Amino acid sequence: MKFNNDEIKKIAHLARININELEIGQVSEKLEGILGLIDQMTKVNTDNIEPMAHALDITQPLREDKVTEGDIREKSLELSKETNQSLFIVPRVIE
Amino acid sequence: MINLSLKELSDSLKEKKFSSVELTQFFLDRLDLYNSSINAFISFDKDKSLAMARNADAMIQEGRQNYLTGIPIAQKDIFCAEGWKTSCGSRMLDNFIAPYDATVISKFNEVGAVNLGKTNMDEFAMGSSNETSFYGNVKNPWDIKAVPGGSSGGSAAAVAGMLAPAATATDTGGSIRQPASLCGLTGLKPTYGLVSRYGMIAFASSLDQAGPMCHTAEDCAAMLNVMTGHDPKDSTSVQREKENYLKGIHDPIKGLKIGIPKEFFSEGLEPEIEKIIEQGIDEYKKLGAEIVEISLPNNHLSIPVYYVIAPAEASSNLSRYDGVRYGYRTKEYDDLMDMYCKTREEGFGNEVKRRIMIGTYVLSAGYYDAYYLKAQKIRRLISEDFKKAFEKCDVILGPSAPSVAFPIGDKKEDPLKMYMQDVYTISTNLAGLPGLSMPAGLMNNLPVGMQLIGNYFSEAKLLNIANIFQTNTDWHNLSPKGFE
Repeated sequence: MKFNNDEIKKIAHLARININELEIGQVSEKLEGILGLIDQMTKVNTDNIEPMAHALDITQPLREDKVTEGDIREKSLELSKETNQSLFIVPRVIE
Repeated sequence: MINLSLKELSDSLKEKKFSSVELTQFFLDRLDLYNSSINAFISFDKDKSLAMARNADAMIQEGRQNYLTGIPIAQKDIFCAEGWKTSCGSRMLDNFIAPYDATVISKFNEVGAVNLGKTNMDEFAMGSSNETSFYGNVKNPWDIKAVPGGSSGGSAAAVAGMLAPAATATDTGGSIRQPASLCGLTGLKPTYGLVSRYGMIAFASSLDQAGPMCHTAEDCAAMLNVMTGHDPKDSTSVQREKENYLKGIHDPIKGLKIGIPKEFFSEGLEPEIEKIIEQGIDEYKKLGAEIVEISLPNNHLSIPVYYVIAPAEASSNLSRYDGVRYGYRTKEYDDLMDMYCKTREEGFGNEVKRRIMIGTYVLSAGYYDAYYLKAQKIRRLISEDFKKAFEKCDVILGPSAPSVAFPIGDKKEDPLKMYMQDVYTISTNLAGLPGLSMPAGLMNNLPVGMQLIGNYFSEAKLLNIANIFQTNTDWHNLSPKGFE
């Protein structure tokens, strides 16, 4: 498995991580190594094997939708770098 | 006070030999003295700890003492604790003061345990040497030029260096058992779903599980008694009656069938470690256990499977760190996309970025079946191996890690070498089984861990089996020089 620069840039973009042009070579080398390890899986016959998403056979439990912690708006907003009244502020996305 | 078990500390508090404030101050003083040399804690808050100790003393005075009331516990910095900085070892959360308590933290608070501080860890629990932490690497008290293991390296170093009587930790692929092994401690990863994950910062949600890290199995049992229990706030928390893990801890183990997986003794294991594990097996024979050979034929696939599933889940879990609502935000940016991408470039370390990118890749269009679905199918095969093994034996025994503590920097630049540290531990996470590591000998004066793997919800049995070993051997009583 070999990545070219555009592929690495595409993965980084999907992951929303900026990647420095100078680092691309090193990053792709490390990722190729890990994928080489992962490729050991290809030799295994998995016909008719049910995928296992979870360790235990559990079903999604339901509970009543009620407020348990009261109003935590102020507490939550305090953690943000930029807020205005009750809103989180981000750069303008609609012109 | 440093050589006392949790039981002895509890009894001493009851008999008023010392107060919780005195005990807490004693460990805070040790922290002042030793933390700079091993970097086990990311943050601590003496005023908060001492206030908790005063509250515990009042509880004891009023006759409301529990086993852990008034005892200082080091908390891995992955657990949100209200009003405490909770960084998960990352620059991304360097400014994050948790606005609520994780269920594990609430449970310790309810019994009046004292939060001694937040322990260092690999960034977002990704690592096996504690070298990926934003706060610098942790040093192993047994050899300060060596790593303590990871990701719960701070918890391990804190307990091994006797800066705390016990600690919490988490284990996604071996992050409790491998550092316990490298630092000469007893650590237990419970069955998936036994301990609530609410407020425990997520890495790979189908694998993450919290557990205790202590000197002995008995101490682990006391910690587990507090940590377990159904939690409606975690949808994967199991609904079953709460057990008392101390109850059968001294039960005889005569007739116990111990399975030895031949795959755990193949290439890659230090011969000296193999010898020590064989001595451990002989000890169990003397104690009346029967040894049977078993096979886990797909164990060698656990690392490749893990490095699909864990990064896939991580790439999704860590998408929440976007600089909008909390955590790090880059200083200069042109637009929203630029803000996301720069925030994540600067806020995450290299190993975390690598894993997010691997996870993103294996889940991306066109690759899902070849990687993620394939990994889930092999996960089933690995889990079936254990099912078959437990038809032949009650418990599985082997090494916890392929080596003892290795020099700082030794594997840092080679992720593939580092990943092999978890070759004996990852399969239990994939299957969701409980696993325990305990000290079983020394190699070059460094601790060697022996692992016990049990069937689902067999924690009480594992702790019992480990405790019987510890009542007949002394390895768990050894401590590193220079921390007395």
